[in-house]
Amino acid sequence: MNTQALLERASFIELDARHRARALLDAGSMRELIDPFARLTSPWLVQQGVVTQSDDGVVVAKGKIDGQAAVVLAIEGAFQGGSLGEVGGAKIAGALELAAEDNRRGVPTRALILFETGGVRLQEANLGLAAIAEIHSAIVDLRRYQPVIGIIAGTVGCFGGMSIAAALCSTLIVTQDARLGLNGPAVIEQEAGISEYDSRDRPFIWSLTGGEQRFASKLVDAYVEDDAEIIRATAIDFLRRGLPAINRSERCAEFLACLAAVDAGVQATPGAIRAVYQKGL
Amino acid sequence: MKPEHGESRGARWFAALTGSAPPLTSYPASVRVADAALAGEPARYIAVVLDPDNRFPRVRNGEIGLVEGWELARAVQEVVVADRDRADKRPIVAVIDVTSQAYGRCEEGYGIHQALAGAAGAYAGARLAGHPVIGLIVGKAMSGAFLAHGYQANRLIAFSDAKVMVHAMGKESAARVTLRSVADLEAFAATVPPMAYDIGNYASLGLLWRSLAPVNPETPTDADLRLIESALTEALVDIRADSRRDLGGRLGAEHRKASRQVRALLREQWPQPLS
Repeated sequence: MNTQALLERASFIELDARHRARALLDAGSMRELIDPFARLTSPWLVQQGVVTQSDDGVVVAKGKIDGQAAVVLAIEGAFQGGSLGEVGGAKIAGALELAAEDNRRGVPTRALILFETGGVRLQEANLGLAAIAEIHSAIVDLRRYQPVIGIIAGTVGCFGGMSIAAALCSTLIVTQDARLGLNGPAVIEQEAGISEYDSRDRPFIWSLTGGEQRFASKLVDAYVEDDAEIIRATAIDFLRRGLPAINRSERCAEFLACLAAVDAGVQATPGAIRAVYQKGL
Repeated sequence: MKPEHGESRGARWFAALTGSAPPLTSYPASVRVADAALAGEPARYIAVVLDPDNRFPRVRNGEIGLVEGWELARAVQEVVVADRDRADKRPIVAVIDVTSQAYGRCEEGYGIHQALAGAAGAYAGARLAGHPVIGLIVGKAMSGAFLAHGYQANRLIAFSDAKVMVHAMGKESAARVTLRSVADLEAFAATVPPMAYDIGNYASLGLLWRSLAPVNPETPTDADLRLIESALTEALVDIRADSRRDLGGRLGAEHRKASRQVRALLREQWPQPLS
């Protein structure tokens, strides 16, 4: 990107969750459900002396995309690391459940999920985990009718149980700033030691879990610039293509064949991972 | 019980419940799959068990790794495909004693999140296709491992026993991520039910269909086996009598008031207002 292009583009990453949702939906079509004025906040954070936020870090935005009914679920990475507690989790699960219900009644509502999340909010631990299981269920239900589009723009990334949710989506779009992985770097370092995973070595972390690597390893479907218009156009393009022939999460035979070719005795490298998946997926 | 299945609680209960049906040899040592009877009808039982010789070094303590995730997916998908054209869908029983997901460089690099999505998606898909799915928590049900193996069940049954534990993250890591000491974390866990690690507090969240107390949760006695088999049978009857295939049955408890309130408000605000 040259200087002029940089100046002219509208960064997506610089937008907060609410403005990201607005940027994806058709102009003027956005309507927020359970907006901050509903003041539905976490009942659990307050018991622990943690400041709540009046949207609990999740924006539910209904509207249209490409002229068709849609709901955007945008996680706000700036609140508690985008972690999901009971209220935020229920917002996402509940909206996906209603979108699936719409489809069963002949209304073809689609869903787009903006993942900026470390996963379960540990202050609400088991209720966050339960909500994430319900989100998984709702994605699997809805993706039978409409493509469920996941977008990881950055810079928080997508981890924990929500990385599983992302991996259940019909289609995943990432930028260079995105990271996608099950376990957060600090947790792997805590559990497995610094020689296994150095959480402070940022180039190493991105080389394994960054957007570019995930795209080159075929674990996501599109790798795009940080540009709101490009991200929206990419999402629309995938929606127009309809349901994928097979969801990535259903390709167990191919993944197992790839893993059988991995030498587990030597430490994994970004290049080896790309080679295995480019050949086998 | 057979001594060769003596390595972990989950493995012993899997062996007891599947009796003389041998584990299928097409699965690796860490993933046990057997087709055995439940209430006199064919069912598939699945467990992840300790495999100290696992090819992947970070999966030698009973964790769910890359291969385990995808093999769970395969074990469930097999049943769904086989019963595709049948009205009577085979029940699936997940015997749950899983210490955690695997933590490692190789696991992250090759996309363990995708492998666990394979498993979670397969279980959810089986449930939505009409297979009765029952999760039996006999030991640990931790974090991503539980999401991949069991959390998608129509009904969850757990032993009320001190060694049974459900949580999102081990205490040391949870303390590090939340910038608390382990002592502070434990103090909050004592008063905030969703933060607790024990099964009693977990039961108060309304996510379990039933808790049971076998006399010997480590190695089932004959009476214990009958107790659990009859609970599985009742769960099966309950699922078959229920027209719903979603997880809505988990929302009833006092401690999930906010989850219900959010859903009620969403439903109210969902339709386009008349303009």
